[in-house]
Amino acid sequence: MSETSPFLIGEAMTGGYGKGADILHSCTIAVERGEIAVIVGPNGAGKSTAMKAVFGMLSLREGRVVLDGDDITALSPQDRVVRGMGFVPQTSNIFTSMTVEENLEMGAYIRRDDFRDTMEQVYTLFPILKDKRRQAAGELSGGQRQQVAVGRALMTKPKVLMLDEPTAGVSPIVMDELFDRIIEVSRTGIPILMVEQNARQALEIADKGFVLVQGRNAHTGTGKELLANADVRRSFLGG
Amino acid sequence: MNLTLDRKAAVLFALVAVLYIGTGFVQSWNTALSILNMGLISAIMALGVNIQWGYAGLFNVGVMGFTALGGLAAVLVASDPVEGAWSATGGWQILLALLMGGATIAAAITLWGKLQGHKLRGVIVASVLIVGFFVFRAVFDPAVATVEAINPALTGNIGGLGLPIILAWPVGGVLAAGAAWIIGKTALGLRSDYLAIATLGVAEIIIYILKNEDWLARGVKNVIGLPRPVPYEVDLQANATFVDAMQNFGADPVTASSITVKLSYAILFSVVLIALIWLTQRALNSPWGRMIRAIRDNETSAAAMGKNVTARHLQIFILGSAVCGLAGAMMTTLDSQLVPSTYQPLRFTFLIWVMVIVGGSGNNLGAVLGGFLIWWLWIQVEPLGLLLLQGITAGMAEGWLKAHLMDAAAHMRLLTMGLILLLVLRFSPRGLLPER
Amino acid sequence: MDFLNAIIALLNFVIVPATAYGAQLALGALGVTLIYGILRFSNFAHGDTMAFGTMITILATWGLQSLGVTAGPLPTALIALPLGIAATAALAVGTDKLVYRFYRQTKAKPVIFVIASIGVMFVMNGIVRFVIGVGDQNFADGTRFLISARDFREVTGLDEGLAIRTTQAITVAVAILAVVALFWFLNKTRTGKSMRAFSDNEDLALLSGINPERVVFITWLIVAALATTAGVLYGLDKSFKPFTYFQLLLPIFAAAIVGGLGNPLGAILGGFLIAYSEIAVTYAFRKVVGYLGPEGWSPEGMLQLLSTDYKFAVSFTILLIVLLFKPTGIMKGKSV
Repeated sequence: MSETSPFLIGEAMTGGYGKGADILHSCTIAVERGEIAVIVGPNGAGKSTAMKAVFGMLSLREGRVVLDGDDITALSPQDRVVRGMGFVPQTSNIFTSMTVEENLEMGAYIRRDDFRDTMEQVYTLFPILKDKRRQAAGELSGGQRQQVAVGRALMTKPKVLMLDEPTAGVSPIVMDELFDRIIEVSRTGIPILMVEQNARQALEIADKGFVLVQGRNAHTGTGKELLANADVRRSFLGG
Repeated sequence: MNLTLDRKAAVLFALVAVLYIGTGFVQSWNTALSILNMGLISAIMALGVNIQWGYAGLFNVGVMGFTALGGLAAVLVASDPVEGAWSATGGWQILLALLMGGATIAAAITLWGKLQGHKLRGVIVASVLIVGFFVFRAVFDPAVATVEAINPALTGNIGGLGLPIILAWPVGGVLAAGAAWIIGKTALGLRSDYLAIATLGVAEIIIYILKNEDWLARGVKNVIGLPRPVPYEVDLQANATFVDAMQNFGADPVTASSITVKLSYAILFSVVLIALIWLTQRALNSPWGRMIRAIRDNETSAAAMGKNVTARHLQIFILGSAVCGLAGAMMTTLDSQLVPSTYQPLRFTFLIWVMVIVGGSGNNLGAVLGGFLIWWLWIQVEPLGLLLLQGITAGMAEGWLKAHLMDAAAHMRLLTMGLILLLVLRFSPRGLLPER
Repeated sequence: MDFLNAIIALLNFVIVPATAYGAQLALGALGVTLIYGILRFSNFAHGDTMAFGTMITILATWGLQSLGVTAGPLPTALIALPLGIAATAALAVGTDKLVYRFYRQTKAKPVIFVIASIGVMFVMNGIVRFVIGVGDQNFADGTRFLISARDFREVTGLDEGLAIRTTQAITVAVAILAVVALFWFLNKTRTGKSMRAFSDNEDLALLSGINPERVVFITWLIVAALATTAGVLYGLDKSFKPFTYFQLLLPIFAAAIVGGLGNPLGAILGGFLIAYSEIAVTYAFRKVVGYLGPEGWSPEGMLQLLSTDYKFAVSFTILLIVLLFKPTGIMKGKSV
């Protein structure tokens, strides 16, 4: 496999939910090894849809999804998890009635080997979770719950991590902390693809950014390029 | 589309008619008419359930209770007054006690609202209820004893008004509507299966009250010999004009009298059924009906458009239950007796549901068709099952197994009804006559 | 004032029978609540599932008895119970494959599942009546009393006797064993945790690679075991009659809802709450109060709040109160 092709790419994706109208129009999303890629754009631009398409949650009429050189377009989301994709949905992303530790165990459900090391790594990344491991996840604060959600997805030792608006509904302080944690996860070598509402902060930590408008790629570039792009700034970064 | 559906309806109704007419030829016209009369009543019950389920998606499994209330209405309206039952220390005191009980509950509810945020709200309301209960019992118990002591072998209850029994039909509807109002007020705001369990429970309690409150309708001592809205067979047989007419016609006067009585019932019931179908069709196609269906198809958006969903649901719940109560009063009229122990949920609630699902939920004609068809099957599965088992056991030696199998034929009907329900739900979920 | 005799009378007529009944209701409600948590519908066929399991156990008991096999002082039905459970499990899993799976695949609304369960109820009810008839069946054998009233009086010298029937003791012991095993399974094993995860958040469970069909399969196995055990214990304690089992549906539902649908701990709590209230409200307290009063005094009247015939009304009233004031139940349950 050539070193230049991205680790995970959803290429020229066109499709929508079920038999409904197309939401994505030849949209391309990708993330390179060791990098953070973010998908940003105005409301209703199809950001989350694009990520779900990469994860196999909607039917593509055209385009393909390639993970580490393998075409996985035909695989179900469950099979993609087995192939090494970790996905954190935007809402309902933890088992609220179960303890933090049980949440992590369930994250590792498909693994038959000993996952205690992985759990220790997650606890190292998110120390607060270790303190609260016997508590029901539903009793935690919003930011802590998001850490549980990310930790759960990390338990499969994914080759790529996908986050759907991880900072939705948390306070600015918590948001900064979450971004710090995400950078730390990225430093462990896992490529991260995420959808973000808070475009400015997200682009600041991003290696690559995809600006979507109405299901199409409007701008693509490094985080810095996009932040500097007058068009992008004017249209949705607020000048 | 509508035309083909109309044709389909015509064909299916014709087929059901063939079943009934066939019964007349093969068994007897008496049997056929007996089944038809209960078929008519079943069709009305199915119509009532369909109003709730088909129009509003309300899952009412308390049909038995509403039917029994209709039966109670028949007793209270039509049975003979009991002399001395309405004395100051008897019937009137029972009524007083019941009013006091009602007032206690009303006071508790009002207090609960008024004392919002009060520290002792629970304690105050609970003490009102407890004191109210004991006062109620103190007034109620001696009055009940007085009434039940009056000629207990024959009456021992408050008796009826001695009015024509047809008047009991609307009264049955009103009684059922009242009960539905109470249930609806408490349970309609909750989730669908809670309503189911609430109605199931209320129906059981209504039956328990009928069984145990002897002062009301004699409990398990039953009320028999309720007056009829149609002539009695013996009177017809004693009527020279009738006997002559039948003999000229070439019929046996005894059989003819019984058929005449059943036909009279059938005509009365048909009038009610047709009137109800006409009314429900009118309602369904009125602006009110369109709103109801809009609510059913999308509750959220209807609520967003300012429709009062809960109030409409309450309306429909009351209407459907009233229809069941009406049918219940008609059934007790047909039986001329009220026997509380015969009320069983499988027969009076769940069988009606089989009728609605098989007939076609949301379609009034479908529910009526289901009523006729399933009732016919319910009656005929037993002899058919017996025939089947006779065939199976024909080669068997006489003995334990054969005897057991023959005895068991009676239970084939439950099995059959369950299978029909499951098969229709699976392979034709919208029923024989789907909603347009 | 005779405090001791009052307590014994209360124990004998209220606490002991209510504890046994509560254990039976709790096991029944656990089944209902598990189905609600995993399959997300109220199973109207649960009472008849209990009846089916009990029927098989009774038939096996008769078979064992005719072979001369008994459990000595214990009821023979305990030996037959595993067979009843196995048959009920096969029936439940078969029913799921034939009926419910289709609606799962088509993502039907919960009320459609409920209607399907009514069809299943008819069929099971028909099967049970077909095989064993509608009559009462008494199948308890072995020693009748653990402590008989007369022995108790002789040993303690009290006026009031305390009788504990073997079946009551067994009911409580078996129920405790079953509940401990269930909670160990749900909280400590990987499969049990996956069931809880599925109940908590179906989509995320799928995302985590939990196989829904396997979860549903295991759920039916457990439900069959619980239902059969509950049914057999109830039958041993009282007697077996198909219609009574259908009627148990109401207090069982009440227990499950009062405790919080989908919450196993709540189901147990609900079961005992319903049982104690039913028996306490319909018990005539005359004797107990008589002992508490001065010597030779006895209260007028029976001191019975409601006639025993209204015991279902009690469970229903509790149900209504809980629904009105705390719709998710005492312990937090699910609401779909």
